[in-house]
Amino acid sequence: MKENDNNTINRREFLRRLGLGTAAASTALLAATGCRDKGRKSVAGRQGQESGEMTYRTNPTTGDRVSLLGFGMMRLPFIGGGNEGDIDQEMVNSMIDYALEHGVNYFDTSPAYCQGKSERATGIALKRHPRDKYFIATKLSNFAPSTWSREASIEMYRNSFKELQVDYIDYMLLHGIGMGGMKEFEQRYIDNGILDFLLEERKAGRIRNLGFSYHGDVEVFDTMLARHDEYKWDFVQIQLNYLDWKYAKQINPRNTNAEYLYGELEKRGIPAVIMEPLLGGRLSNVPDNIAVMLKKREPERSVASWAFRFAGTYPGILTVLSGMTRMEHLQDNLGTYCPLDPLTDEEFALLQQAAAMMMEFGTIPCNDCKYCMPCPYGLDIPAILLHYNKCINEGNIPASRQDPNYRKARRAFLIGYDRSVPKLRQASHCIGCNQCTPHCPQGILIPVEMQKIDQYVEKLKQETL
Amino acid sequence: MLRKIRIALAVLCFTLITLLFLDFTGTLHAWLGWLAKIQFFPAVLALNLGVVIALTVLTLLFGRVYCSVICPMGVFQDIISWISGRRKKKKARFTYSPAKSWLRYGILAIFIIAIIAGIGSLVALLDPYSAYGRIVQNLFSPLYRWGNNLLAYFAEKAGSYAFYETEVWIRSIPTFIIAAVTLIAVVILAWRNGRTYCNTICPVGTVLGFFSRFSLFKPVIDAEKCKECSLCTRRCKASCIDYKNHDIDYSRCVACMDCIDTCKHGALKYRFVGWGKLVSGKKADNDRSSAPENQSRRNFLTGAGAFIGVTMLSAQEKKIDGGLAEILDKKIPDRQTPIVPPGAISLKNMASHCTGCQLCVSACPNGVLRPSAGLMTLMQPESSYERGYCRPECVKCSEVCPAGAILKITPAEKSAISIGHAVWVKENCIPLTDGVSCGNCARHCPTGAITMVPCSEVCDSGKDAGKGKGHGKGNGNGNGNGNGNGKQKRRHGNAMVPLINEERCIGCGACENLCPARPFSAIYVEGRQVHTSI
Repeated sequence: MKENDNNTINRREFLRRLGLGTAAASTALLAATGCRDKGRKSVAGRQGQESGEMTYRTNPTTGDRVSLLGFGMMRLPFIGGGNEGDIDQEMVNSMIDYALEHGVNYFDTSPAYCQGKSERATGIALKRHPRDKYFIATKLSNFAPSTWSREASIEMYRNSFKELQVDYIDYMLLHGIGMGGMKEFEQRYIDNGILDFLLEERKAGRIRNLGFSYHGDVEVFDTMLARHDEYKWDFVQIQLNYLDWKYAKQINPRNTNAEYLYGELEKRGIPAVIMEPLLGGRLSNVPDNIAVMLKKREPERSVASWAFRFAGTYPGILTVLSGMTRMEHLQDNLGTYCPLDPLTDEEFALLQQAAAMMMEFGTIPCNDCKYCMPCPYGLDIPAILLHYNKCINEGNIPASRQDPNYRKARRAFLIGYDRSVPKLRQASHCIGCNQCTPHCPQGILIPVEMQKIDQYVEKLKQETL
Repeated sequence: MLRKIRIALAVLCFTLITLLFLDFTGTLHAWLGWLAKIQFFPAVLALNLGVVIALTVLTLLFGRVYCSVICPMGVFQDIISWISGRRKKKKARFTYSPAKSWLRYGILAIFIIAIIAGIGSLVALLDPYSAYGRIVQNLFSPLYRWGNNLLAYFAEKAGSYAFYETEVWIRSIPTFIIAAVTLIAVVILAWRNGRTYCNTICPVGTVLGFFSRFSLFKPVIDAEKCKECSLCTRRCKASCIDYKNHDIDYSRCVACMDCIDTCKHGALKYRFVGWGKLVSGKKADNDRSSAPENQSRRNFLTGAGAFIGVTMLSAQEKKIDGGLAEILDKKIPDRQTPIVPPGAISLKNMASHCTGCQLCVSACPNGVLRPSAGLMTLMQPESSYERGYCRPECVKCSEVCPAGAILKITPAEKSAISIGHAVWVKENCIPLTDGVSCGNCARHCPTGAITMVPCSEVCDSGKDAGKGKGHGKGNGNGNGNGNGNGKQKRRHGNAMVPLINEERCIGCGACENLCPARPFSAIYVEGRQVHTSI
């Protein structure tokens, strides 16, 4: 598992992937500019056997031919490898060059991503290529109440053009609707007339496709689709992967199974863009027994490739977004989608079995999207949750002092904790103010988890487990 | 042969004691803790009669072997002197000099007066073992830890948990300066004249020197065989061999056996002499004017403790994803009574027993203990909770203390010893300043001494208001809390704030350390003069 290698080098480089995709009728049309590796032999080293052409999907309204792999600009690399400071523009440039060269043509960003630096970095990198070679997706990320006013929202919208250095946007999304329920949705988009404004912009051609991304309250999703005749959504972005397919609601009652969401879109012929195909790396860095099961089946393929094949197999999907931080992620994903090898029924069943096994583990469904950050009291919430999940996956969560590996696991947990999270940013400092929870697309009750982890850490430290 | 045995034992003792001070993992203390406990002066203060008698008997038998083998400061000087002697023509660079008895006994007198008067700082300054401990803790330990951190870095890269990173910080600037000045002075003295420090300043050396005059085994010059070549004198780092008179000042001889091997004529022997033949006819007459200076190394700075440049993070609404809020360093509150660790019994017991060796400070894994900067208790440990708190499972300091300043306790006993009590500072309390719920102090109190109650029940009573005087300043909006501003205006009636049951508080500092208010916590610990049990 290459992901594990990455993790030992830097926890923050836990695979950052996220996906989105849209689908239309024709999967058959293949572009001339495929992702065949010119010169370079193997794409990802380990699963470079697929060096054919990128699979494309066609958008039924605009006829856009969109690559099945979309580039999510949410997990861009920072200089020095951390999460602070400046984006490593050179690396972004070379990854975007490489992606374009290999047939990727959908780039998804937002004014909020990467501490607000993603749009600019995306604009700089894409400006170096002809405008008709790629599609840009961005969002109206007016989450903060101070940006709910018409003026502030329009200003945010116009600023995206400036940052991206474009005069039209291919795919515009209402960002993350559903997280605050119907009420917040109406405040953000209806009461201030912003949705009408965006519809006008679409008419004017400055927005080529209008859609929304959705997490949380299913009422908002259903309402939006019920008004499809009025709004004519060109696409919808949903979270879809083999764990959320049937288990999203079980993981968190606030969420909805991807099977339902996708079914609703397919019924209406609305192309779906897929985010979180890999759950922020949780579907590549899986518990050992699941990794073994998948590897046994396909020794040549990465664990992550299963998740991408799952998402890509559905025909109604336009593109699958992957938030790629490193060139290896890009190369691995290109290997998976050049071309897509759809799942067989049997393989589908295997992944459902993997999902069922995963449900046994009790990992916290954090995808490291950092929407909860910055915590005003300085905690590094995703780092804490990821460390906990990592210890679960590696079997380092002893249940009692009698466990045979207690000493080793305790040491790994505690030392790893200090390495992953500076002491002042650890769970013990969570005061439970709960300002983070509304921001979490996965609906994790963050203070509850923080206090649970803190209590566990105390038991380990005091050896009272 | 005797010399080689001495060197082997000395190197062993020295290495192990140094490691004892360097180890921060707490693994060596269990094995090597006794090495600190057999140090002469800490044993005296701990009323460890067994050790004191044993060391006295050892000296009465063999001379000041203690100074040559057990005392790390003595061995350290030998090492410096040995390096100095490796220079060309410097191997035999010493000369005989008469004892500076007035200086030795003068300092011993001051030392004894300081003990009786309870001036711990002066006592700590003079004790050789403690002086060495301070040097290691302040000057060598950072290097050791950085080395460890480098290994930890590679271990992390390799996915191994064999090493973990540790924090390197100056615990007290005055103590750091004293350690540095001591080191420089001792190195200069040893480089030039060997054991000058031991024979003019060290009170332990003076006391043992008194006994060693009467020791049963001694190096003796056979006047018949002696050719007065002066080689032994020139090799004597204690400057105590008067070859012209075939006389040795046994009060200064540290029984290093260097001279025995030096004599080419077999005139020097380390042998049994018995009680009878007292040789050391000391004429305390001519004090040489070129006496090494009275170590003007005691200039220290106090009140340098201010640190932390802080940048206020402006209250900011969350509009973008990711990033980490800045965390202001905590500042030390103005405690009226210092806190000393559990096992210390009382401030008085600490002041009168502690030799300031810093072994507890080295051993503290939580960043709690640091040398005091107070004039009377200078270099003695005290607790503060900006970096961590006195964790319930840890009793490391009580395990290592050789001087009886911190008596041995178990974690169970610790949980019932109250070393201080918490004080609430309303002005800093986050539910009131930021308008968010908190309760982190109550959640982490190991004894359940804190209850969260609505502000309306306690806030206006004025009961708590005055207590936190002087601590409220400087908090500002340091947390950069987003929602604070809007809600701040609202009446605090239903905000939950801590209520402290002082009878149950043990003063561990969990509340103070984990309080989100920065740089000054909204709850802090005030020490107790005498520890109580709850």
